[in-house]
Amino acid sequence: MSITDLNLYQQAILLLAGLIALTSFMMLSQSRLDRLVRVFALQGCLLAAATAIAAGVLDYSHLYISAALTLLLKGIVIPLLLHRMIHKLGLHRVMDTIDHPARVMMGGAALVVFSYYVSLPVVAHSQLVTLNAIAVSLAVVLLGMLLMITRRQAVAHVVGFMSIENGLFFAAVVSTYGMPMVVELGIAFDVLVAAVVFGVFFFQISASIDTLNVDQMSKLNEVEK
Amino acid sequence: MAWLLAILETLLFIATAPLLAGWIKLVKCRLQNRKAPSVLQPYRDLRKLYVKQPIIPHSASWIFRYAPYIVFSATVLAAAFVPLVAVNLPTSRIADVIVLVGFFALARTFLVLAGMDIGTAFGGMGSSREMTISSLAEPAMLMAVFTLAMSAHTTDLSQAINYVLNTGLVLRPSFVFALGGLMLVTVAETGRIPVDNPATHLELTMIHEAMILEYSGRWLALIEWASQIKLMLYGVLIANIFFPWGIAQELSLSALGLGVAMIALKLAVLGVILVLSEVLFAKMRIFRVQDYLSFAYLLSVLGMLSHIILEAARVHH
Repeated sequence: MSITDLNLYQQAILLLAGLIALTSFMMLSQSRLDRLVRVFALQGCLLAAATAIAAGVLDYSHLYISAALTLLLKGIVIPLLLHRMIHKLGLHRVMDTIDHPARVMMGGAALVVFSYYVSLPVVAHSQLVTLNAIAVSLAVVLLGMLLMITRRQAVAHVVGFMSIENGLFFAAVVSTYGMPMVVELGIAFDVLVAAVVFGVFFFQISASIDTLNVDQMSKLNEVEK
Repeated sequence: MAWLLAILETLLFIATAPLLAGWIKLVKCRLQNRKAPSVLQPYRDLRKLYVKQPIIPHSASWIFRYAPYIVFSATVLAAAFVPLVAVNLPTSRIADVIVLVGFFALARTFLVLAGMDIGTAFGGMGSSREMTISSLAEPAMLMAVFTLAMSAHTTDLSQAINYVLNTGLVLRPSFVFALGGLMLVTVAETGRIPVDNPATHLELTMIHEAMILEYSGRWLALIEWASQIKLMLYGVLIANIFFPWGIAQELSLSALGLGVAMIALKLAVLGVILVLSEVLFAKMRIFRVQDYLSFAYLLSVLGMLSHIILEAARVHH
């Protein structure tokens, strides 16, 4: 089954899958935390749009609720929380540069190929039309991990963590058309609570050791003194 | 008959390239609240340069003298096999899109050699910058082209356009990425803001202008004309590959008329988009260009990957 056999809505889901992967790459290359959060918000909005279209195609009304929740939490509330946190901690002018941006990008592309290879057997055994996107969702998870590895700022790690969650959610939407409502609600509030807890935690860290750069957290403060 | 049409189409291509440049200048001036020159100003500039006496530097060799002709004829040949108004013309069957990239490379090589030939500091600097940029832009362009070729199963432009027309509106993620990559490459290869500024002779930033600084008279006219044709070539590629609707598939008078009107409309819109990006973005540092072009390459690679992952036929075991 190739893309020309699908209807426009199913094609739109695949297109959004591609764009979600692109936002993951954009997050990898963004060195300003402010813009990183903005791209993360964009990814949340794209995810919500894909979920809403999937709900329309399948006529699953509960997916509309998850789409609305995704838009509200990942597109608006969490980015706003992170944005406020960055400004309060005075991190909005900090450049979290990567050492070899081109190498990281090519590594990311290799991760996409890897996730395609891994998901081949899964895809071969199912008739679901949107299942091709499962490789993309796996890639989003791996790219989120790559983001966490390459960055030094703790806020960027949180964004990477949240985008891993985005990837898992997208995998659930395209492979099984969403998890049960209870699970989804639970995860949504977990993520929200995680954002709040991270916020409190960051204020504590920056109050006690005066930085959010994780490279400097591996040293013992007392030994230095 | 078909050959006659093909030659006419090429002549139309060459003749209207300065018009597109004039249109872009007009829109840009309007957006910057300046008084715009006439749309026909590029023609007047070319005529003015053509009647002037060219001056040859003492240190110039034959490369300097022949380079404008080679650059111009390579660009005109490239224009001959890009479908402008109609597909299935005999000229487009001669060469495919990889040859097109080859012709661009040929023209660029001689321009670069001519820039170094006279031995001035500016010429060498411009040449080295041009080569740096093109060595990064060419892979991105080829990847975008291959993405298209994988969907259409051909590298022939005419057949690829036919394929896109016959399948109708399909939302292909790979085409969206390839379009983005090709647009970024276009800006870099035709020397527009934010990569290069065609309107300035500021020595620290210029690339294209630095190479042709020593040219004058009809040779300069030929090079300027060639770069206008190149800009239009990229515009026509983007317009006809990704939005081919309206191009003439048969050689009737009404179809050809519609083809001319549609390509004019598409190029006008693309020109406005180019100007908007020129007005909104500042020129970037030369050392940032590699980040810009590696993003273009990434887009093209993602286009190819998304073709394989999302669009290709699935094999059932």
